[in-house]
Amino acid sequence: MHSHLWLVLGWLEIKQRYRRSKIGPFWITLSLGIMVAASGFIYSRLLGSELRDYLPSLAVGLIIWQLMSGLINEECGAFLAAEGIIKQIPAPLSVHILRVVWKNLIILAHNMIIYVIAMLFYFRNPGFAFFLAPFGVALVALNGLACGMILGVLSARFRDIPPIIANAVQLAFFITPVLWKPENLKTRLLIVEANPLYYLLEVVRKPLLGEAPSLSFWAIAIGITAVNLTLGFSLFARFRGRIAYWV
Amino acid sequence: MPSISLQHVDVSFPIYEGVQRSLRHVVMATSTGGRIASDSRHRVVVEALKDVSFVADRGDRLALLGHNGAGKTTLLRVLAGIYEPIRGQVIAEGRVAPLFDISLGMDLDATGYENIRIRGLYLGMTEAEISAQTGEIAEFTELGQFLHMPARTYSLGMRTRLAFGVSTSITPDILLLDEGIGAVDANFVERADARLKALIERSGVMVLASHSMSLLRRFCNKALVLEHGAVSFIGSIDEALGAYASQREPITEKS
Repeated sequence: MHSHLWLVLGWLEIKQRYRRSKIGPFWITLSLGIMVAASGFIYSRLLGSELRDYLPSLAVGLIIWQLMSGLINEECGAFLAAEGIIKQIPAPLSVHILRVVWKNLIILAHNMIIYVIAMLFYFRNPGFAFFLAPFGVALVALNGLACGMILGVLSARFRDIPPIIANAVQLAFFITPVLWKPENLKTRLLIVEANPLYYLLEVVRKPLLGEAPSLSFWAIAIGITAVNLTLGFSLFARFRGRIAYWV
Repeated sequence: MPSISLQHVDVSFPIYEGVQRSLRHVVMATSTGGRIASDSRHRVVVEALKDVSFVADRGDRLALLGHNGAGKTTLLRVLAGIYEPIRGQVIAEGRVAPLFDISLGMDLDATGYENIRIRGLYLGMTEAEISAQTGEIAEFTELGQFLHMPARTYSLGMRTRLAFGVSTSITPDILLLDEGIGAVDANFVERADARLKALIERSGVMVLASHSMSLLRRFCNKALVLEHGAVSFIGSIDEALGAYASQREPITEKS
């Protein structure tokens, strides 16, 4: 019945947003590409890295960051944005969460073009490690689902949550190794190692760059996902019935 | 066998005023210690439904009567499963189809055809059912080539026709109607009326909330009168309309 409604909705949202534009969702890709190129030149100098190493890693980092920040920010509004429909038609509320996840995965697929260009440009081949990347992406997507169940529900009740989260995500960009690598730090920093986004980033980034993440990275990333999903499902199960009252 | 039953249903809405809806106050309230917090939180609650119980079986055409704010729309939303009651139970057997404010929830950037599909899916139709109905819906709407254009380009009347066309193409076990199901242009009214009548006839149970006595008398055989969220009368439509009229008399003496 409603089983694939979220697929239709996510896809349609992408299609519509750019219906009257010539290159459509590739606008997101284009602006990301420009950011990769521009910051690549500056930060490679700043960090003293070879552009050949730095640029592909930066490209992948920004692509994944786009996915993660998109999921976190948009899941806050998952139910708020669907207020009209929630009060009219009793479709399962999970539709609204899944739709956001799906939409962001479609955007990811577009952005992967930057990755392909960067790798081709520097003749880099990720090898077999590449095939681990989908598992990393799956973990990120599952965390997006958890975000919807946690942040989506909380935001429906407390309208301060979305702006708080938007600010936190902006801050997180600087403490997460997207523009830089943990190796650039002279000492180990707790703020990096205690950051869950770091592990989720690395289980996607490393495979895409041809390196298999160590087992401990996978273990931590899976652990984070399990905790978030548990928290999410319990919160969602507890408050699902209240969402229609709150929005 | 389609049926719907409510047992001792209570619904109340917490009112979060601008200030109270913010996290800051809860955080501050809890951090300033339990007792003061609970005092300073004054949760204002509106009791929308109080101890509502009834059963509607196949063939029942139930009218919901009551003044504005008596709880008709809330009750319909409870029946639809949108609001989970605070207390009590709702047992619905069969596919529930709510037709409330049909003009809402249309995606203005999507084309007419896309809107047919989205709305159909939301209403619980399968892709196969939707494709089977699309031609007939398109014909009913008389939108022709406009169905390929975004709904944004439609006039209000055209939007209503589209929403009405899709919403009335379902075959529900339990049909819930709010009075928003009004049609607009005169030409359309007749055909809309026929379509609505056919929809009601093929539904198992129907609940209709309206202020229009003629509409209720025409389509309903039973009635439930709500007063301040509580059931004040339940029985046959004629008795209910009589009871409701006498209840209204002091206010609207002339009608």
